[in-house]
Amino acid sequence: MSIEERQQEIISEFSMFSDWMQKYEYIIELGKELPLIETQYKTDDNLIKGCQSRVWLHAEMIENTIKFSADSDAIITKGLVALVVRVLSDEQPQAIAESNLHFVNDIGLNEHLSQTRSNGLASMIKQMKMYAVAYALKIKH
Amino acid sequence: MTTTLDIQQLRKEFPILHQRVNGYPLVYLDNAATTQKPQSVINAISDYYNRYNANIHRGAHHLAHIATEAFEETRNKSKTFLNTQETSEIIFTSGTTDSINLVAQSWGRKNLQEGDEVLLSMLEHHSNIVPWQLIAEEKGATIKVIPINEKGELDLSAIDSLLTSKTKMVAVNHVSNALGTINPITQLIEKAHAVGAKILIDGTQAIAHFPVDVQELDCDFYAISAHKMYGPTGVGLLYGKKELLEAMPPYRGGGEMIKSVSFEKTTYNELPHKFEAGTPNIEGVIALGAAIDFINSQDWPSVHEYEMELLNYATTQLSSIDGLKLYGTAKEKVAVISFLIDGIHPYDLGTLLDKQGVAVRTGHHCTEPLWNHFGVVGSVRASFSIYNTVEEIDLFITALKKAIQLLK
Repeated sequence: MSIEERQQEIISEFSMFSDWMQKYEYIIELGKELPLIETQYKTDDNLIKGCQSRVWLHAEMIENTIKFSADSDAIITKGLVALVVRVLSDEQPQAIAESNLHFVNDIGLNEHLSQTRSNGLASMIKQMKMYAVAYALKIKH
Repeated sequence: MTTTLDIQQLRKEFPILHQRVNGYPLVYLDNAATTQKPQSVINAISDYYNRYNANIHRGAHHLAHIATEAFEETRNKSKTFLNTQETSEIIFTSGTTDSINLVAQSWGRKNLQEGDEVLLSMLEHHSNIVPWQLIAEEKGATIKVIPINEKGELDLSAIDSLLTSKTKMVAVNHVSNALGTINPITQLIEKAHAVGAKILIDGTQAIAHFPVDVQELDCDFYAISAHKMYGPTGVGLLYGKKELLEAMPPYRGGGEMIKSVSFEKTTYNELPHKFEAGTPNIEGVIALGAAIDFINSQDWPSVHEYEMELLNYATTQLSSIDGLKLYGTAKEKVAVISFLIDGIHPYDLGTLLDKQGVAVRTGHHCTEPLWNHFGVVGSVRASFSIYNTVEEIDLFITALKKAIQLLK
C-alpha cells in the first residue's frame, strides 16, 4: 500500500465518527496500545522536545525502506504519532521525502500541528523527512 | 455566592466572553496568561485611530497635541494607580519582560561586578530569570535561588543565609504565575535593603488582583504588563525610584530618548523619556489608561472577596476528583489553581477541555525550574478573573470529569 493509499484508508476510517468524542476515543485507544518504540531507543538522542509534550523517534533502514518507531508521553500525541508512523513507516526514503501528509488536516486534527500546540508532532514529521532525505542520499552514493 | 457584585452585568462589558467554542459555551480560565478586555479598553484603541492618531511629543499640530495629552494622561493615572512619588518614575515598556531586561541591562551593566550575587526565587517566570542570567554571565556575577516549601511558598528561613553583602539585586515576583502564591514581599524588601541590595518586584500576576502601593512597599523597581490587567498586549510599565533611574544609563538608543544629537556628542533626554527610545505603542499606552480606569471603577474589597470565593469553590470541587493533586497550596494565594491527575499528561487534559469549550493552560507556564523541582513536566492551570462565575466552574468540572473518563 502506498503512502497515499494509507492516508485514504485513515480518512475513510475517521469518516465513520460523527463527533469529536468518538474521534478522540479512537486516537486515545491508539495511544494506549503497547509502546511503539523499544525501550533502548527511548533515549535523549531520539527525543524531540515540544513545549507541551515529548516525542521519541527512532529510524532504521531495513532493505531499502525506513522503519520508524516512535512514542510520546501524552496519549493523544501518541495516538497521532501512531497514525503518522502507520502512514510513513516501511516506505522507501524517496517516497517519504516527497510525501504530502494531508490526512491530519482531512480528519480535522490540524490543530495538533499548529504552532500553538508545540507538541512535538510537527517536529517529528519534519525529522522523519530529514531521515528520509539522509537515507536517500546514502542509497545514491 | 454572597457577592454584592453584579457579575452578569460586568460580563456584558466583555464582548469576547459571549461565544461558543467547539459547540460549547466558552469558559475562559486562562486569565493568568492574559485577561480579556472590557469594551472601554477596546474602544480606547479604536477611538485613537479613528480620531487622533499622530506621533507624540514632537508634532506641533492639533492631532499630535491630543495624542500626547492622552498618552501622558496614562502616566498620570499610573502614578496614582501605583502611588509613585513622581510621574517621571513611570517608564512605558512593551511589558514586564521588557521592563526586567531594561533593569538588567541598564542598572545591571552599571552596578554588577564579578563576584556579586543576584537573588531570584524558585517561583520565577523565565522572564525574571533569563535577563539576569545574561547580565550575570557578562559581568561574572552569580545567580542564587530562594527555595520553596511543599506548599509552594518561599522558604523564608533560607533567605537570611542567602542574603549577604554580595547580594546586589533581589528579583522576585509578587505573585507566582504557576501556583498563585502571594509572596511576602514586604519582608523581602526590608531584608534586601538591610544588606544594601536593590529589589525588583515582578508584579505582573498581582496587579489585577489587589491594589499595589510602591511607596508603602518601598521596592526599588516594580514591573507590570497591561494585558494581565484588562489592557492590551505589547505594553506595560516599569516603576523605578527616581534616584535609581536618574543614575542608570540609557540602554536603547533612538528618537525620543535624546536631548541633542551630533556625531561628536549626544546628550540624553530626562526621565522618563531617557528610557523610551523610538515611537512607543501609543494606542497601547492610552488603552492601558482605560484599563486602569476599569480597575479603579471596581470595588476592590468585593472583587477580592469574590475571587476568593471562586478559588475556594473550584478548589473544593477539584479536590473531590480521584487522583487529582494540587500544586501550590499556599496560605496566601490568588485565584490560580495548578493541578495534575495521576497518570494523565496535562496536554491530553488541555486538549479534551478545549474540545468542550474550556480554556486552561497546560505545560510548564514558563517556569521550568519550578516543575523540575516538583519532578513533573508541568501542570494544568485554571486561573480565574473577576468575570468568571460558579456556573463556569461547574462546566469546567463536568468537562474535566468527561476528559478523565476518556483518558483513563
